Amino acid sequence: MGVEIEIKDLTKSFGKQLIWGDVTLTIPAGEICVMLGPSGTGKSVLLKTIIGLLKPDRGSVVIQGTDIASCPEKELYEIRKLFGVLFQDGAMFGSMNLYDNIAFPLREHTNKTESQVREVVMEKLDLVGLLGTEDKLPGEISGGMRKRAGLARALVLDPEIVLFDEPDSGLDPVRTSFLNQLIVDLNAQIDATFLIVTHDINTARMVPDNIGLLYHKHLAMFGPREMLLSSEEPVVRQFLNAQVVGPIGMSEEKDADELEAEKDMELPPLPPIPLQLEPSNGQPRRSQRAPGAWCKEHGIEPPPGSFQENMSMTTGG
Amino acid sequence: MASAVASRVLQPIGTAGKLFAFGLDVARNLFKRPFQAREFIQQAWFIASVTIIPTALVAIPFGAVIALQVGSLIKQFGAQSFTGSASVLAVVQQAAPIATALLIAGAGGSAIAADLGARKIREELDAMMVLGIDPIQRLVVPRVLACMMVAVFLNGLVTVVGVAGGYVFNVVLQDGTPGAYIASFTALAQLPDLWVGLIKALVFGLIAAVVAAYKGVNAGGGPKGVGDAVNESVVITFLLLFVVNLVISAIYLQIIPPKTG
Repeated sequence: MGVEIEIKDLTKSFGKQLIWGDVTLTIPAGEICVMLGPSGTGKSVLLKTIIGLLKPDRGSVVIQGTDIASCPEKELYEIRKLFGVLFQDGAMFGSMNLYDNIAFPLREHTNKTESQVREVVMEKLDLVGLLGTEDKLPGEISGGMRKRAGLARALVLDPEIVLFDEPDSGLDPVRTSFLNQLIVDLNAQIDATFLIVTHDINTARMVPDNIGLLYHKHLAMFGPREMLLSSEEPVVRQFLNAQVVGPIGMSEEKDADELEAEKDMELPPLPPIPLQLEPSNGQPRRSQRAPGAWCKEHGIEPPPGSFQENMSMTTGG
Repeated sequence: MASAVASRVLQPIGTAGKLFAFGLDVARNLFKRPFQAREFIQQAWFIASVTIIPTALVAIPFGAVIALQVGSLIKQFGAQSFTGSASVLAVVQQAAPIATALLIAGAGGSAIAADLGARKIREELDAMMVLGIDPIQRLVVPRVLACMMVAVFLNGLVTVVGVAGGYVFNVVLQDGTPGAYIASFTALAQLPDLWVGLIKALVFGLIAAVVAAYKGVNAGGGPKGVGDAVNESVVITFLLLFVVNLVISAIYLQIIPPKTG
């Protein structure tokens, strides 16, 4: 049953350039969160700060009472055993075949016999649908397969927290859907805390329990999926619905003139909120809420047509 | 403005400090168990395989040039009987460690920097750290040790090939007397000369590997970053090696008195 990640006042800059400042959020245990943001807003940097690969300038990341940002290296290596991380390109070790890659953490950190290792590796390979490719080198398989292999490696130590760095970049829409389904199924199965960094809005709209949006060097909003999808906040609205009208421009921010020019433009209506992706075995996940529950609780009328089966996934308009 | 200039000036010092800190990290991890014997053997074999043939090929002309130069000079002094001794001294003390250094830095070091750099930009090193394994202990330490060991052996190879090459050139081209060349080996050269050659090789191997590894694991900015890392590691290693060679030679000449004929 996953663990909570408590991020407080996190600030990071490279040299004089501020990446983001005062990011404060709590990623609830066992839930799926998506961190969104335009390209270059430091989503991956946030991910790397959470695992302690980068040191923030200020602030803390507390997991089970340990502050990742300031704890000594020895503790850091200990606490990292709670994590499974899927890197952008899978980050498989190029000199080992897939089997050895996935067996690597087991051989390093457990006293399992080779036959027990084999059992776990085969189970995880089966989970990500890569049985039969265990003798291939990472260079010999496609990017999508590398990603799934990376996911298998991230899962062998039964992590409490799984981080995904753009799981959908470079994948075709079908594979992305499969991967999203896999993520939801996995969450149902292992109950770990999931944090997905992406800029694919379909993923963001369908998969998570919570959504965060990084924009203009700060965390613009973080909260339940329905809260962000029904939000009238200009940045959130623009990004989650992939619209041109709004404060986000081609390069970072729009200037005053551009904003003035579109001042009177009618904002297109919010598209309906889609149903959340459910585990394929039909059993609801522990952290799953009924469709529309948040909206009802907070007295917000969801956009017309929300929460209907088989609705079109198109956004914007 | 002033601070910009200051940071420009101070930047190399900062880099030198980081390099030194990296060296200390490596030293600290040297004693961390388990020792990565497999990686060590693989790397030693790999570095040896990329350096042995070029080293041997470089050693022959190196020995020959020294033999020719020393031979003709010594002839003018009328001390032909010392030709062998002088060229042995030059090869063992200077030529062999320098040739080894060039090859270790050029072939071995660049390979290490390229390998680690590629792993860095593919996020393999990050993945390793996330899996709870320190890449310095796992990857860098075995490479540094392998590089040092191979450097010592290469030094021996260059010494033998260089002296043999010198012999051939002296006897065949300069009409030297084979017996006199060999007999005079011990006239000027002494055992500490051999030791200092080996120590130099060891230190050069260490420096080459540490610089290459440092540049490799700090590569950034995609494939171009790896290229830059390799390039910089070779240049920095060369600069350092020649300075260190000068320092070691100067110290050696101060503390070990030259043998008098």
